[in-house]
Amino acid sequence: MAEEAILGYLEKNEQISDSGNFAAERGFDHNDVVNVIKSLHGFRYIDAQDIKRETWVLTGEGKKYAAEGSPEVQLFLAVPAEGSISKDELQKKLDPAVFKIGCSQAGKNKWVEMGKQVSRKVQNVEDKVKDLLLQVQNGHALSKEEISSLKARKLIVPQTWKGYSVRKGPNYAPKRKKAATDLTRENLQKGDWKELEFKEYNFNAKGQPAEGGHLHPLLKVRKQLKDIFLQMGFEEMPTNNFVESSFWNFDALFQPQQHPARDSHDTFFLEEPSTTRELPEDYVERVKRVHESGGYGSRGYGYEWKREEANKNLLRTHTTAVSSRMLKALAEKPFAPKKYFSIDRVFRNEAVDRTHLAEFHQIEGLVCDRGLTLGDLIGVLHDFFSRLGMSKLRFKPAYNPYTEPSMEIFSYHEGFGKWVEVGNSGMFRPEMLLPMGLPEDVHVIAWGLSLERPTMILYGIDNIRDLFGHKVDLGLIKRNPICRLGIS
Amino acid sequence: MPTVSVGRDRLFAALGKSYTKEEFEDLCFCFGIELDDVTTEKAIIRKEKHLDEEGDENDEEVIYKIEVPANRYDLLCLEGIAQALRVFNKQQEIPKYTLSDVSKDSMLQMHVKPETSSIRPYVVCAVLRDISFDEASYNSFIDLQDKLHQNICRRRTLVAIGTHDLDTLQGPFTYEALPPSHINFVPLKQTRDFTADELMEFYKSDLKLKKYLHIIENSPLYPVLYDQNRTVLSLPPIINGAHSAITLKTKNVFIECTATDLTKAKIVLNTMVTIFSEYCKRKYQVEPVEVVYADGRSYVYPDLSAYNMEVSLSYINHTIGVSLEAEEVTSLLNRMQLHAERSASGNNQWNINVLVPPTRSDVLHPCDVMEDVAIAYGYNNIPKRKPASVKPLALNEFSDLMRLEIAMNGFTEVLTWILCSSKEISTMLNRQTDESTAVVGNPRTSDFEVVRTTLMPGILKTIGHNKDHPKPIKIYEVGDVVLLDEKKDVGASCRRRLAALYCGANSGFELIHCLVDRIMEVIGTPFVPVGDDTGYYIQRSDEPEFLPGRQASITHKGKHVGTFGIVHPEVMSSFEQSLKNISYVD
Repeated sequence: MAEEAILGYLEKNEQISDSGNFAAERGFDHNDVVNVIKSLHGFRYIDAQDIKRETWVLTGEGKKYAAEGSPEVQLFLAVPAEGSISKDELQKKLDPAVFKIGCSQAGKNKWVEMGKQVSRKVQNVEDKVKDLLLQVQNGHALSKEEISSLKARKLIVPQTWKGYSVRKGPNYAPKRKKAATDLTRENLQKGDWKELEFKEYNFNAKGQPAEGGHLHPLLKVRKQLKDIFLQMGFEEMPTNNFVESSFWNFDALFQPQQHPARDSHDTFFLEEPSTTRELPEDYVERVKRVHESGGYGSRGYGYEWKREEANKNLLRTHTTAVSSRMLKALAEKPFAPKKYFSIDRVFRNEAVDRTHLAEFHQIEGLVCDRGLTLGDLIGVLHDFFSRLGMSKLRFKPAYNPYTEPSMEIFSYHEGFGKWVEVGNSGMFRPEMLLPMGLPEDVHVIAWGLSLERPTMILYGIDNIRDLFGHKVDLGLIKRNPICRLGIS
Repeated sequence: MPTVSVGRDRLFAALGKSYTKEEFEDLCFCFGIELDDVTTEKAIIRKEKHLDEEGDENDEEVIYKIEVPANRYDLLCLEGIAQALRVFNKQQEIPKYTLSDVSKDSMLQMHVKPETSSIRPYVVCAVLRDISFDEASYNSFIDLQDKLHQNICRRRTLVAIGTHDLDTLQGPFTYEALPPSHINFVPLKQTRDFTADELMEFYKSDLKLKKYLHIIENSPLYPVLYDQNRTVLSLPPIINGAHSAITLKTKNVFIECTATDLTKAKIVLNTMVTIFSEYCKRKYQVEPVEVVYADGRSYVYPDLSAYNMEVSLSYINHTIGVSLEAEEVTSLLNRMQLHAERSASGNNQWNINVLVPPTRSDVLHPCDVMEDVAIAYGYNNIPKRKPASVKPLALNEFSDLMRLEIAMNGFTEVLTWILCSSKEISTMLNRQTDESTAVVGNPRTSDFEVVRTTLMPGILKTIGHNKDHPKPIKIYEVGDVVLLDEKKDVGASCRRRLAALYCGANSGFELIHCLVDRIMEVIGTPFVPVGDDTGYYIQRSDEPEFLPGRQASITHKGKHVGTFGIVHPEVMSSFEQSLKNISYVD
């Protein structure tokens, strides 16, 4: 077989210089030899170098003449040695094509006298054309003139011949081993692993997809934010109460009852349960007074506060509703400073679009202590946001009913090349804190932002529905990298 | 937040200065308003009509859309914004608003009938005398009413404003509540008269007005204002009469605000008259109107008196976190349109005596004064106080995230010893002893001769001791190895490594390969062609501990970070096990 011949030959010889000759000498079909060479090369038993040669092969006509003799010789032989033959008679004896070409070539060679009667001019001719064609067929080289004369008569055409020169490869062995795709327990038990040849791996492609579980990108970011708050000494507030009364969601925060946020356009009110069953009455009284006529140094909003409005149940519009409950609880005990945070769901009666959903997650942080200043708020915001990779901040005066001063937080986004609003912050108003019963020198600084927006910026997602909700792309969840927020 | 559209050129003229867009944005940012959009009148119309063709922007007046805080009603028009910014820039003194000196006898009167209490009980009024409108200020005057209606007036439910050409009317006026059929007048923009109930029907198809009808629709009595000659001024909160409509030529404007909320009615009236008294012959002067109730109570409006607030200097300083002198605080407050003087409060302490002008209804509490000091001082100039907090260690946080990801791919974590025997990291791995190995000088047993240079012995030993555990086994470890390190004072340092192993009836090579891919995916590194330094790629490798041809090296951003492959059977047998596969990543 060709494979054994090649490997065997290389065991004793440096190289096979020409696969064509190698095949011819051993009577192999060259195509078979080429296939074997390619396969052995693939497994690196041998190194094969391409070689190319221009060769000539016979055309159909050339093959015919090589077998039957050239037309001029056939014509010559059809002419009697003595005397003559009529042209018509001669034509009948021969194939029409042979007759036509034979006439012109034999005439040109001055072998015969052409006329009405055809007679020989010479007695013996050599069939040189046939000889040359046979030589081409056997792969012998011809002179330039000979080639061009055959080419002119369209008896031969050029052909590129491809073959190889072959040397030993890095894995050379006189005998090929069967290529294995994997090492198995059986191989190890039998001990035949030493003999195994392996099919080459393709490292230009990735491996098969991993079979594993995946966490949601938004919650991965939440985990990092939680860690950040814990590192900053903040304690998590219990926020598992989506249903809230208007009182805790708005009134306790000194948000007047005619405030646009309290419109049904912005807030989901509940039909069932429609109202809260109880509120702390003495505190409600103080809240009512501060809205109506002020107190605690305030002039109040000067409107008639309605208990029915405060009783209305809703889906909380912010986690600050929880903060107000926590601060009220804090006020009922001897004062101790606190740092609280929460990251949980809030609801807004908004049209859903690329950047807005009817529900989203609010991140909130607050610090409650004596003597806190705006400088503390700015300091804590720098600490918090720098952990999110936003160290360039500036603050814009803003309005919020329950904070004064209020500051919008802007961060310089290198990618966008501009300042982007990243959150809201402020100090809770005395009209909110003092009715709760917190000491007068206790200040509360707080800030809030959505979880979705920084996540979208972080992962370059421009449609919130791709991130959160049932229209999410599962592929995105799977491909999503770990969240390294807070790990610098 | 309400947005106010103002002509840029007119605004800059009012500010006495041209700004670049960026300069103006900065000014807005410091003051607490925001340049929301820059557009043109025609562009707005094109947008409304959904037309696409581009206009010649140069020919069109540039409009600035400015977002203002929801409690600053004094900033709802160009005049208010310009004045606030001029004062903020110290280009103008705070205006002093006064009532014109009219005697009680010659003062216009509004008589309130008791029936109004059932539907819309309050009315407040004022007069702007000798006013000169031009087209721009006239439009601004109309727009301001609209903005107030949409914001503080809560779409006219709380307050409705009517403005009239006083010269077409004759006082005293009456504010009444009558059955709709008894009210008959020609409303604004109409040419015939309607009764009030006809009018309500008529406006049901009016896009702009139909949303206000519900406010009075179900009441048996509708509120209405008349002059002495029974000319209807308005049917609040729906429409004014055509008779007293104001025009560009109007010289004397009568303003009435009917309301269900008196506080807000006063704020609305004050906002209107203070801003537009700027265009009166006697600048900042407003003519009062007496409102007389049937029970004899009488009030003079507008109430332009300043609200007096004492704020202690220490409260301001201690809440902001600065140490400003009293004079600095008063001059900062002046820039926010608050008159302020210092006054001694005893104990060498200063108080700041603030006179809150009628334009600043948002100032409720000393904290609002404190905020204005902070804004004028500049939020971004306040020194920050760094809170006590801790920073996590990035290496360990990152390791923890990776550990979680690998476990989520179905691998079980193991925790093995740092110390091992020297042959476990050399001959048993088909290797020479690593020259960078830290060697223990006094090991009690051969188990503790060296500090591991690779996680491989530990993880292989774990498999060796769990021969009876059902296959396949997938385990991993993230931990430190120690290598000699000349850069370290002690001459050796830890390196964080990751190893994962599969052991089963087949090699599991593909499983380890896909774990490598997954690890790269979760750290956000793309798969790239060999030689590309922007991601990771995998090539054949030739390490003695792995089977030849069954192993590969991992290159991450140009750096070799690990190898994975089928563990060489000779290595397996030295660790007394069957079959496994190992991967390492730095």
